[in-house]
Amino acid sequence: MTPTPPRVALFVTCLVDMIRPQIGFAAIRALEAAGCEVVVPDAQTCCGQPALNSGDRDTAADLAKRAIAMLEPFDHVVIPSGSCAATVRVHYPEILEHDAEWGPRAIALAARTFEILAYLDEVRGWKPEGVALDATGTYHDSCSGLRELGIKRQPRRLLAAVEGLSLAPLAGAETCCGFGGTFCVKYPAISNAIVAEKATAIDATGADLLLAGDLGCLMNMAGKLNREGSKVRAFHAVELLAGMGDGPAIGEEA
Amino acid sequence: MSAFTDRVDTALADRNLKIAVERTAGTAEAKRTIAVEAFPDFERARDRAAAIKDHVIANLGLYLERFEANAVAAGAKVHWARTADEACEIVIGICKAANARSVARSKSMLGEEIGLPHALEAAGITRIETDLAEHIIQLADERPSHIIWPAMHKTREQVSVLFKAKHRDPHQEETIAAMAESARRHLREGMLAADVGISGANFLVADSGAVCTVTNEGNAELSLVPPRVHIVTAGIEKIVPSMGHAVHMLRMLSRSATGAALSQYTTFYTGPRRPGDRDGPEEMHIVLVDNGRTMMRETGLAKMLRCIRCGACMNHCVVFRQIGGHAYGATYPGPMGAVLTPAFDGLAKNRDLPNACTLNGKCQEVCPVRIPLPTLLRGWREKSWREGLEPTSLRAGLGTWAWFARRPALYRAATASTLRAMRLMGRGGWLSKLPLAGAWTEHRDMPKPAAQSFMAQYKKGRRS
Ligand code: SF4
Repeated sequence: MTPTPPRVALFVTCLVDMIRPQIGFAAIRALEAAGCEVVVPDAQTCCGQPALNSGDRDTAADLAKRAIAMLEPFDHVVIPSGSCAATVRVHYPEILEHDAEWGPRAIALAARTFEILAYLDEVRGWKPEGVALDATGTYHDSCSGLRELGIKRQPRRLLAAVEGLSLAPLAGAETCCGFGGTFCVKYPAISNAIVAEKATAIDATGADLLLAGDLGCLMNMAGKLNREGSKVRAFHAVELLAGMGDGPAIGEEA
Repeated sequence: MSAFTDRVDTALADRNLKIAVERTAGTAEAKRTIAVEAFPDFERARDRAAAIKDHVIANLGLYLERFEANAVAAGAKVHWARTADEACEIVIGICKAANARSVARSKSMLGEEIGLPHALEAAGITRIETDLAEHIIQLADERPSHIIWPAMHKTREQVSVLFKAKHRDPHQEETIAAMAESARRHLREGMLAADVGISGANFLVADSGAVCTVTNEGNAELSLVPPRVHIVTAGIEKIVPSMGHAVHMLRMLSRSATGAALSQYTTFYTGPRRPGDRDGPEEMHIVLVDNGRTMMRETGLAKMLRCIRCGACMNHCVVFRQIGGHAYGATYPGPMGAVLTPAFDGLAKNRDLPNACTLNGKCQEVCPVRIPLPTLLRGWREKSWREGLEPTSLRAGLGTWAWFARRPALYRAATASTLRAMRLMGRGGWLSKLPLAGAWTEHRDMPKPAAQSFMAQYKKGRRS
């Protein structure tokens, strides 16, 4: 008897929605391959992270409540971004801590919300099958996923199952790329100094592909690499896992 | 431009600074990693360190009274200062009563915090900084840029030039040993001639009244034992219940700071010279300083009082590593400084500090007492937002964003038109100039957004 597939809500994040829809479609493919029934709730917008990190707690709480109400009916919520997933898992319960009604609902939702790579690997025990790509990649551990959600081995385990793909170690893989949401536009000079070092480290790996689990960080690093004339191409890890690694990379025309 | 961003620009333009910071912080980072890996169950040791501090902070009055009673029993005199000014007045008063012309100072961040160097100067008392890095800073007439290595912003090449110009008997060879020897000759004269020795405290031990200092140069011992009077200035949060607790904290401190198992010199001072002692000061004074700490305890910053000033958070901070300590414009730099400075010096003047952080969490990952620095920084951002200190442009931008985010249908329409407009400005797959996003495109390209958003494509039936 096959167990009933979980009904999974895909929350795509505002950056994926606008800048790189492929990540959303790759997520659907991978989730379906992992035996999930995927639903994309219509009312989704933004998880509220920019408000939270700017100190606008009231707006963050308001957006959190909307997201909770929208996502509650599902078995699981999956987000292709460590920092947005951490917002729901870690910060919604904090923001609504003193709210007798919403606090417990936030905690319940947090327990059912996952970053996509962690979900595919840990919860579904999935591995891509028959996916091949002849390339060398290097993986950047985005900060929120790494430190707030413990995502480190999961993407590497999943990527190891892509035939022909090898991973080159990245010096300072766990060092922040300098994106930091609104930080990069509030303090552009500092952000630039940080990402410039990151770009140098990425180039030094000799890899063809830069992989990560957060589009914000990827845009920052890929944007810097392109400005410096580097040939390294950037993808969200889930794109490769869904067999979309031969398509256009971030910043390449379709 | 804020004063902070001005200082940042200066720092980023300084190539020497980058080299100097990278040398020291990079080495510290590597050594700490090795030391922590060799420590059996470091995670549990951190839990214990945090618990010790939390217990003390929650029972501060009790332990301070116990400390005072035991210190007095050992022959020390204990003074209480509510503010920085009060603390300086007390110290100057003791110096004057001792007819002191010169004081030898062993490195103390609290001394910097309360402005003691300046107060001594204003009182006409000669001050000699005996810590090697503080000595460099004093010669260069600068302020410390790091809490463990105050002169970390200087390369050894720059220090060599400085010593040659300022030492009476400067080094001839360009080696570290020769430079250290030249500093030693210069400093020892001052230490032996000083009337008063002033130190900070790494720990105050409640059950014995002892004061603990750690150095790697032995300069504390040499500047505190020969003078007639020893003055300790210490923040009230430095207290630990017993020697056993102090030793646990010491193990955490030195490994987190420099990666060493223990500092070269760790000394416990309990009271002044006793009858029959061959050396030691005739008087020992301990000035216990609040300067905002009680207020921090009551305003959501109690966890910050766990800080043992190891500097690991700044050594591992991507922002600090780029801009160095002076850019923070305060006694305490880096992540811990970004939390402390608004508490000591007001948020309005320092709103940049908690904002100029990517919230990447590395500082919390390395903090030996598990201070949730990103959470505390977010707390300051919230206060800044509530008090209207955040720039209008940010408030307006986020306000608009949030307005649409609450209205999915309008949000879709707005994103669709934004995408169309943005795509018009692209060349190839990239945008290298974007109105309103100059801060981004000045330094990096922006991938051209999708022709249609994910939601639009999905609704039209695309599934993968
Ligand atoms: S905040 Fe933590 S890491 Fe930073 S100086 Fe204090 S104890 Fe050390």
